[in-house]
Amino acid sequence: MTRQMTGAKMVVQALKDQGVDVVFGYPGGAVLPIYDEIFQQNDIRHILVRHEQGAVHAAEGYARSTGKPGVVLVTSGPGATNAVTGLTDALMDSIPLIVLTGQVPTFMIGSDAFQEADTVGITRPCTKHNWLVKETERLAQTIHEAFHVATSGRPGPVLVDIPKDVQFASAKYLEPAQTKTSHYQPQTNGDIDTITELVEALEQAERPVFYTGGGVINSGDEASALLRELVDATGIPITSTLMGLGCYPASGKNWLGMLGMHGLYEANMAMHDCDLMINIGARFDDRITGRLDAFSPGSQRAHIDIDPSSINKVIRTDFPIVGDVKEVLRQMLSVWKDRGAKVKREAIQNWWGRIEEWKKINCLAFTQTGKTIKPQHAVHRLEELTKGHDRYICTEVGQHQMWAAQYLGFEHPNRWMTSGGLGTMGYGFPASIGVQVAHPEALVINVAGEASWLMNMQEMGTAVQYRLPVKQFILNNERLGMVRQWQELLHGERYSHSWSDALPDFVKLAEAFGAKGIQCSDPADLDDAIMEMVNYDGPVIFDCLVEKHENCFPMIPSGKAHNEMLLGENASTADAIDAGGGVLV
Amino acid sequence: MSALKLKKGASSHSAYNLRPTFSDAEERHTLAVIVDNEPGVLARVIGLFSGRGYNIDSLTVAEVDHTGHMSRITIVTTGTPQIIEQIKAQLGRIVVVHDVHDLTVEGRTVERELALLRVTGTGDKRVEALRLADIFRANVVDSTLDSFVFEITGTSEKVDAFADLMRPLGLEEIARTGVAALSRGT
Repeated sequence: MTRQMTGAKMVVQALKDQGVDVVFGYPGGAVLPIYDEIFQQNDIRHILVRHEQGAVHAAEGYARSTGKPGVVLVTSGPGATNAVTGLTDALMDSIPLIVLTGQVPTFMIGSDAFQEADTVGITRPCTKHNWLVKETERLAQTIHEAFHVATSGRPGPVLVDIPKDVQFASAKYLEPAQTKTSHYQPQTNGDIDTITELVEALEQAERPVFYTGGGVINSGDEASALLRELVDATGIPITSTLMGLGCYPASGKNWLGMLGMHGLYEANMAMHDCDLMINIGARFDDRITGRLDAFSPGSQRAHIDIDPSSINKVIRTDFPIVGDVKEVLRQMLSVWKDRGAKVKREAIQNWWGRIEEWKKINCLAFTQTGKTIKPQHAVHRLEELTKGHDRYICTEVGQHQMWAAQYLGFEHPNRWMTSGGLGTMGYGFPASIGVQVAHPEALVINVAGEASWLMNMQEMGTAVQYRLPVKQFILNNERLGMVRQWQELLHGERYSHSWSDALPDFVKLAEAFGAKGIQCSDPADLDDAIMEMVNYDGPVIFDCLVEKHENCFPMIPSGKAHNEMLLGENASTADAIDAGGGVLV
Repeated sequence: MSALKLKKGASSHSAYNLRPTFSDAEERHTLAVIVDNEPGVLARVIGLFSGRGYNIDSLTVAEVDHTGHMSRITIVTTGTPQIIEQIKAQLGRIVVVHDVHDLTVEGRTVERELALLRVTGTGDKRVEALRLADIFRANVVDSTLDSFVFEITGTSEKVDAFADLMRPLGLEEIARTGVAALSRGT
């Protein structure tokens, strides 16, 4: 069935046909026809944000917590340029988004019209793909293709730029089934010969480790289930990047905790000393590898990734496997079972023995004494008091993000939303709004630092308007904590511009927006205050005043190897970094 | 855990200063990239090279299939084997790229480039230019009493050699198309 309709109506119809139930957006001149159509229907809910960056991060939160693509609608010019940070964030973390932007009419493109920007030009490097639609006849097909591209292969953000005259003009609407098949069909099955070789290597391995990442989460619930099955079948240890937390349960007996620059001692040591590293859906990021020439010197490496360009990018791989994680894991399990494969039991037991020794270091130990709340204590109490809830966690970027990754436990995928690749301060608050929209009954907490949180604080208006009971758990040290930590370690304790002299009263700020504010500075009051936050039916800003000069450990100093970690308490930070390190980031 | 005893002033690295330990020997490769002929496709390819710091020695592009709206981009690039592999993988992941062929490794190829050269001079120099053009099988496509425009087709090396010879004979201006390449029949 073909129907004649305007481009604006086509946009809404295409979104409905793609199963979209919510759009995050902000209106403006060049998208008014689409907003007019949104006004005249009830199937798609529109969430009005307070800044376009917030719309994109909210859509990211929605996408990451549901596994479905997030949808954004913004206007031309500044609407589009404000979306750029969010697009880049989603590209780095492989989050499927469809961003629809208005554009000046086709006959005005290139004339420096009011609110004109070269949106496809500006966003070309920060989207997986983008389109400028110049004919209404092509609009529906392009939007359907946009959903296909965003969600196939390695997911990512796409953008469709729609001039205003294309929205007004009419043409025949094509349903998804009527559009021609895209030539973009990434390979999902792994090469069975390489998978078999990997299984053989696993049978011979004496110190194997799984190193998992966001690719497992992106591959869907099934991938996490298969991963758990594989870990159980082999009994070998598993660690994960920041992006992959939740793909294996934190309570699982093989769990080593997060690895990387602020990862756990036992996880990094296992990576360094292993003889077989199986990378599943991670990408050997520089925050993971540390110094490359000292990275896991004695290991063979397998790399399972849906993106061929990730393989051999920074680390040479012995078992390269291009494919979707869930498909490859299914193949691997089937090979494992067919062979009746077994690991070297005694060797693996010895390996676990070494890991147990590393665990005894108890690298996350801290002591809460005195009248000041330690940030680690605050996150630890948050974990203890909320872990039984149907809980989703977002974070901003910095020390609090690392403490959240270290001290919170994730049992399931899609429960942890954090800006990993781009490290976008201001991500967490709007992301928590997107998560709460998708999960109205859940407990959604944004673990934040006060500096990051202020970057998108305008979204308080969104939270209050839509009665979204998001909990903003701010570890307030009145510092840019991670910057301050690096200045202490790398820049001779010269704290250049890493604090704010004019922070708002967060309780009054919350009240000014019609939300609830809680301040807590005494460790003795902390539990009650957290419970007050959890039990309040509405948005809360929790201003947790914490120790101002706390450093985040463990830490692999700049340019050091996995086995050269700095640990808390006893570590002497003064000697940690080479003198020359100060000139580098 | 005791403090790390790290030698002050030892070779220091940032986590960003991660130089891969891959082989450093650079190779020259000719890539043929088959793309949808749509607005912005060249910008995507060039943006990839500039954004990731790859070299472009030469680049040509033209539509090769009008009905299928396909263009062929021929890129000559240099890099370590690992970089060449990255370039191919990164090109392959551009949505409008259908195929990436590394003609350098896929077997024997024919590579040709066309150049136009305007050479000005009179007397012996003019005669010598014409004589050399004949040796190189370059055609005269424009002539005045004191200038020729030569058209030459061949490998980049041949075009280089011809241009070098023309320089002392009054080479004023040169336009080159860049390399077009095709694998040979089997």
